[in-house]
Amino acid sequence: MFALVDGNNFYVSCERAFRPDLKNRPVVVLSNNDGCAIARSNEAKALGIRMGAPWFECRHLAEEHGVVALSANFVLYGDMSDRMMSVAGGLGPGQEIYSIDESFIDMAGVKGNLTARAQRVRERVLQWTGIPTGIGIASTKTLAKLANHIAKSADRKAGSYPRELARVCNLANLPAADLDAVLQATDVSEVWGVGRRIAEQLNEGGVHTVLDLVRLDPATVRRRWSVVLERTVRELQGQQCITLEDQPAPKKEIAFTRSFGGAVTELVDLIAAVTRFASGAAVKLRAQGSKAGQLQVFAHTSAFRPGPKYSRSLILPLRRPTDDTVALVNAAVRGIEAIYRPGFNFAKAGVMLLDLQDGNLEQGELDLEPEPPTRGHLMDALDKLNDRYGRGTVVVASAGMKGPQRDFEMKQNLLTPQYTTCWDDLPVAKA
Amino acid sequence: MPQDAVCFTQGPSLLVAWVEGTVPAGFPSPAADFAVKRHDLNELLITHPAATFMWQARGLSMIELGIADSDILVVNRALNPKHGDIVVAEIDGDFTVKQFYRRNGMVQLRAGNPTFPPILFRDGQTMTICGVVTATIKRFK
Repeated sequence: MFALVDGNNFYVSCERAFRPDLKNRPVVVLSNNDGCAIARSNEAKALGIRMGAPWFECRHLAEEHGVVALSANFVLYGDMSDRMMSVAGGLGPGQEIYSIDESFIDMAGVKGNLTARAQRVRERVLQWTGIPTGIGIASTKTLAKLANHIAKSADRKAGSYPRELARVCNLANLPAADLDAVLQATDVSEVWGVGRRIAEQLNEGGVHTVLDLVRLDPATVRRRWSVVLERTVRELQGQQCITLEDQPAPKKEIAFTRSFGGAVTELVDLIAAVTRFASGAAVKLRAQGSKAGQLQVFAHTSAFRPGPKYSRSLILPLRRPTDDTVALVNAAVRGIEAIYRPGFNFAKAGVMLLDLQDGNLEQGELDLEPEPPTRGHLMDALDKLNDRYGRGTVVVASAGMKGPQRDFEMKQNLLTPQYTTCWDDLPVAKA
Repeated sequence: MPQDAVCFTQGPSLLVAWVEGTVPAGFPSPAADFAVKRHDLNELLITHPAATFMWQARGLSMIELGIADSDILVVNRALNPKHGDIVVAEIDGDFTVKQFYRRNGMVQLRAGNPTFPPILFRDGQTMTICGVVTATIKRFK
């Protein structure tokens, strides 16, 4: 048996834990640079604010209905996530942290009433951390994810599903007829692994609800669509095909991209920006023990703002796979110098590390040129210094000096304090 | 353990100093058999790491119960408040630190200062207790 524990409107719930004045009010959390809504309270959803809606499009609602908008406070969300995950882990012997607000629990071997146990754990997560959650339980991960969707929908929208499935939904306990009714009431696009394009194809083939999908023959699905969708159908039929991943697989590519706080026009500022992006990506690369074979760099103007448009990206193969910040920054700077054209207001740039490979494997090569000295110890020291004294303590010089806020830095005008990680930001209790 | 018991793993404790006993040459360390952990404030103050949060007190209403302005409050959300406990509660969109009073079906939040009246709760009113204050941190320098 698997359970999926998922924090309700997680970023909003984290903010509300320290801002009781935000309860029962519409709240949205905005992405980097206060661009788009990435989390919405139930009240904000009810006002029709869509996930990912650009803030300038729904700003009028804020004024009309008193929507509170906040900048994403990822330091706070990360700490609250750790707390939520450690309490939720008590549900069973295995745990996979699937995202910042979701974790799968393997409940194999857990005896007794699983639904009651999940209800107790849900209460405990709420009391201990202040985060409300939904828990779905079923015989496969795909079904558990679906059960979680039902648990949350039944809680939020009266009448969408039977009331007793709200908050904790155990599909394994449901009589077959009731299970069919629930699957019939769920759109096929809600299934884990069914993206928008596949959902459209399924609709064209007459498959609209989850029940329609469950009743397909897996072999036919494989022939007509793909082996991936076949696996999804088998999982929905209760045949376990996806196991718990306790260890996250190393990423196949690492991206570091940002929208600029204001328009950037000068090459020197773009160089500073991609230096920081490449440095940040290099830290992630070393943290997972990989080396990159290629580096991609891009910059473009805004799609929304007026003015001449320009967009370009460049892939730079590296001489040898590397995890060295200096080598990666060099490549990124060469790339941005080639891309740059004067006269444009650049709105966004980024660095992607591609062709990642295990850092311990090394490809032998003909002795055409001497090996450069490795800087493993230097990189190690760099990471430790930045870890201990704060990000940006030691940087490659082309990142520019610290000083008055530069144009490419993040705009976070609505950022809440780091209540749980910074002594100067403690929440206040009136005495 | 009962069938339905729920297990919780504790996060790693910080600051662990072991006295190691392997000495390559010379007289063996006389401390080797007495390896101990140095004083660790986390161990003393934090029994439930996932459920422990800090607040800062502002005001003088709790002065007679030992909480001064700007003291740091260690708050354990895993504990259920009992009569007489000092708690952090949500009232009208703000946090407040008070003493939890429950006698004869009456619930109050009382101040530790006679100039502050108690906050009374009646049926139908909601009071949210965030957690129980288990310690205060008071710094002189």
